Amino acid sequence: MMTPLNTPTATVLAAETSEPNLLIPHWPDIIWSLVIVVIIGLVFYKYALPKFQAVLDERTAKIEGGIAKAERAQEEAAEALKEYHQQLAEARADAAKTREEARAEGTVIVAEMRSKAQDEASRIVETAHRQIEAERQTAAVSLRTEVGSLATELASKIVGESLQDSARQSRVVDRFLDELEAAGDESRSAQATPVGKEG
Amino acid sequence: MACPPRSGAPGPYDLRENPLSTPAIPLLLAAEGDGEFHAPTIADFFPPAIFFEGTPFEFNRIMLVRVIMAVVLLVVFCIAARRAKLVPGRFQNAIEMILDFVRNSIAVEVLGQENGRKYFKLLATIFCTVLVMNIAAVIPFLNIAGTSVIGLPIVLAAWTYVMYLGAGVKAHGVGGFLKNSLFPPGVPPVLYILLVPIEFLQVFILRPATLVIRLLANMVAGHLMLAICFTATSFFLFDSAGAMKLFGAGTFVAGFAFFLFEVFVAALQAYVFAILTAVYLNMSVEAEH
Repeated sequence: MMTPLNTPTATVLAAETSEPNLLIPHWPDIIWSLVIVVIIGLVFYKYALPKFQAVLDERTAKIEGGIAKAERAQEEAAEALKEYHQQLAEARADAAKTREEARAEGTVIVAEMRSKAQDEASRIVETAHRQIEAERQTAAVSLRTEVGSLATELASKIVGESLQDSARQSRVVDRFLDELEAAGDESRSAQATPVGKEG
Repeated sequence: MACPPRSGAPGPYDLRENPLSTPAIPLLLAAEGDGEFHAPTIADFFPPAIFFEGTPFEFNRIMLVRVIMAVVLLVVFCIAARRAKLVPGRFQNAIEMILDFVRNSIAVEVLGQENGRKYFKLLATIFCTVLVMNIAAVIPFLNIAGTSVIGLPIVLAAWTYVMYLGAGVKAHGVGGFLKNSLFPPGVPPVLYILLVPIEFLQVFILRPATLVIRLLANMVAGHLMLAICFTATSFFLFDSAGAMKLFGAGTFVAGFAFFLFEVFVAALQAYVFAILTAVYLNMSVEAEH
């Protein structure tokens, strides 16, 4: 054995002659150190460090998970805000559209009313025209019958008097016309009443 | 309780009866009777066997300290792991702070996201082991770092060594790894006569050796400084006369300062060991360095 401390005699001798050399390893020293290091190493490698690493990894995962969750929540909130803004815009657009439609409808209604009024007016005008036409025809019919009788009367009058001089002639004509006029006035006033009622 | 004589012929070791007795603290509590100042020696690091003496499984005080610290580490981590919840409590937060530190400031910082995750277990185990073994140096009644005897640094460095060589071979194949490691690119070929042996020494011998020696030397020196300060305090307070006792106050303050410094060194060396492991892994895995 190289170790000077192996036997009591060796110890005594070593201590007496020279102090042991610090740099020279002794087998028991190395063997016991090896045993201790192997035991510490085994426990650290197989149990303690894996356990700590697992816990640390789990913590890291948890923290990262928490961060991811927060990010997701933020995203969701942003999404909701966007959606809300969109809905608001849609609602505004809807309101504007409705207003626009109402305005358009109003315009249409006004136009319709206007055209209806126009129609009514034109119908009234037409009715009036038709009335006037009818009256005119009535007048023409009655005139035609009257003209015949008047002409006959005039002719008889002319024949009844001698129509030599022009003075007389014109007198007769004037008288005829006056009478004719008077007759015309009479018949007009007779017909004016129903026309006035309609007008 | 008397402390073992530290020079001359060793008497019967009281330590054998009480393995938790330490060279430094008991001196504060009980002065040595002979009125002489005994400086701590490196015999502190080679205490007598407790059992299995003379076999390859010889168990001494240093081994006991290591076992105690390992048990404490495992119990703390197993309880924390079993109670690990999504929303951490104060205890779990503290453990997670350490692991987060290893992952962010060592693994990912040096190796990048993917490889950092791949080697996180290795780096966390090494960091925590070195840290608790170092911190034993300032824990009352333990008072010596588990890493202040060369065995544990060797085992840890060997683990790192195997891991970074393995990572290099896995990433580039044996030839590719050797070419990457021994033939740094962008150098005139003539210089390879010089560079290849240097790089070989560097990769295959110096890296693990410096890992071992850096850690060992720091913890040995820390223990010796603490022990000197407290044995001196004890000597001045109990074994010296008159005004000399005042020196005790000075050495006690110095001891307290070294105590705090030792806490810092314990954490720093754990960090250095882990970050160098990460750096070596990165150099092996990287395409070119």
